[in-house]
Amino acid sequence: MRAFTVSDLNNALRKHIEGEGLFFDLWLLAEVTEFRRYPSGHCYFTLKDERASIRAVLWRSAAERLTMLPVNGEAVLAHGRVGFYENRGEVQFVVDQMIPAGTGLLFEQLEELRARLEAEGLFDDRRKRPLPALPRRIGIVTSPQAAALQDILNILRRRYPLAEVLLSPCLVQGELAPASIVAALRRVYLESVDLVILARGGGASENLAAFNDEQVVRTLAISPVPVITGVGHQTDTTLVDAVADVRAPTPSAAAELATPTITELHQRVQELRARATAAIQNRIAEQRRAISQQMISLQRNHPRRRFDSARQTVDELLRRANRAFERGLLLEQTRLQGLQARLIALSPQATLARGYAIAQRADGQVVTDPAHTQPGERLFLTLRAGTLRVVAEETNE
Amino acid sequence: MSEPNAVEQYETLLAELQAVVEQLEHGELPLAEALRLYERGTELAAACQQLLDAAELRVRQLDNA
Repeated sequence: MRAFTVSDLNNALRKHIEGEGLFFDLWLLAEVTEFRRYPSGHCYFTLKDERASIRAVLWRSAAERLTMLPVNGEAVLAHGRVGFYENRGEVQFVVDQMIPAGTGLLFEQLEELRARLEAEGLFDDRRKRPLPALPRRIGIVTSPQAAALQDILNILRRRYPLAEVLLSPCLVQGELAPASIVAALRRVYLESVDLVILARGGGASENLAAFNDEQVVRTLAISPVPVITGVGHQTDTTLVDAVADVRAPTPSAAAELATPTITELHQRVQELRARATAAIQNRIAEQRRAISQQMISLQRNHPRRRFDSARQTVDELLRRANRAFERGLLLEQTRLQGLQARLIALSPQATLARGYAIAQRADGQVVTDPAHTQPGERLFLTLRAGTLRVVAEETNE
Repeated sequence: MSEPNAVEQYETLLAELQAVVEQLEHGELPLAEALRLYERGTELAAACQQLLDAAELRVRQLDNA
């Protein structure tokens, strides 16, 4: 057998109760008794009905957000979760939101309205429009006295002072608020704004009833331009948030979602300027490359180079001419030698060398017929090696 | 309508600057033309910056009587 300590047991019980996730997000309809608020700001009380009761705690952070604290005997609708307080072994209901049960009726009406509008498709994501990238004119529907407006204007001045703001003033709380908001919205729709911000600060009062009003929601739904809501604090969700194109948690956040920063706008310009500079530098570099290309081509086609090549051609031609000439000369010499040989063969000298003689009279006349000579006439015989003087004696015919 | 507001002026200048940059980036422009465009781009960028620096939020309240 193993004995548990009380601490072990309570710890296990706490884990069991809180760990299951079964008792999260509960609404309890109950009567408040034994309500005590401690100096720490935390409130401790009991929630009960005719037959049963449960201890309840309201932490300071949650208590501060309530419009008003409950009083003993008051019927309330309390929202929260079941917790287990280990030190005392007590189950307790940890309340984070509480409204008078009289408003429980209002709450039911609100849920009924929410369901009805949802069924109509008013909250559909398909209806959500994108916000303009650079809104020119921004319509702001809020109370001109509220801090929310100053928050928005401060943010717009800092982020996006290029814009024009059209403030459409309205009441944001009280019985007249819904009609006032509807009128303010309609008024701003007639202006050429390209975005509407519907805003209300959290403030001390949490009465956001006007932002759950059916007519307000329907008027917002027919906005010709996108709408951003910034109503109350982050934890509050109203019907206008559901119907808006964009829901911002606070008025300041709405202003931020609505606009780019001026730094982004500067950056766009700088980016384009940088691209222009890069482009022109490329262009110049390209031009430089083209010029050096042309210089290379220019050098390649320099007149001297052409001259060189012409000279080469001339040299070549001369060489060929010389060669042709020399060959011609040789041919001529050979021919000349042939002619000389023939000439020699035909001259009388060759005949004389073979032993023939030429007979001539004293006057040089060549004698070819013996009848043309007189007996005793002196004749000259030309032989190969010289001349012989002879005397003719008689003729033999 | 009134004169174009700062956003419209910014958009106009930026659009022209964009066109200039694209022409510089893609255009087969003669160098002199490209240089002239570049100069125009520089002017546009300066005008944009000046516009942004000088911008002041204008607030007008509607009379919802």
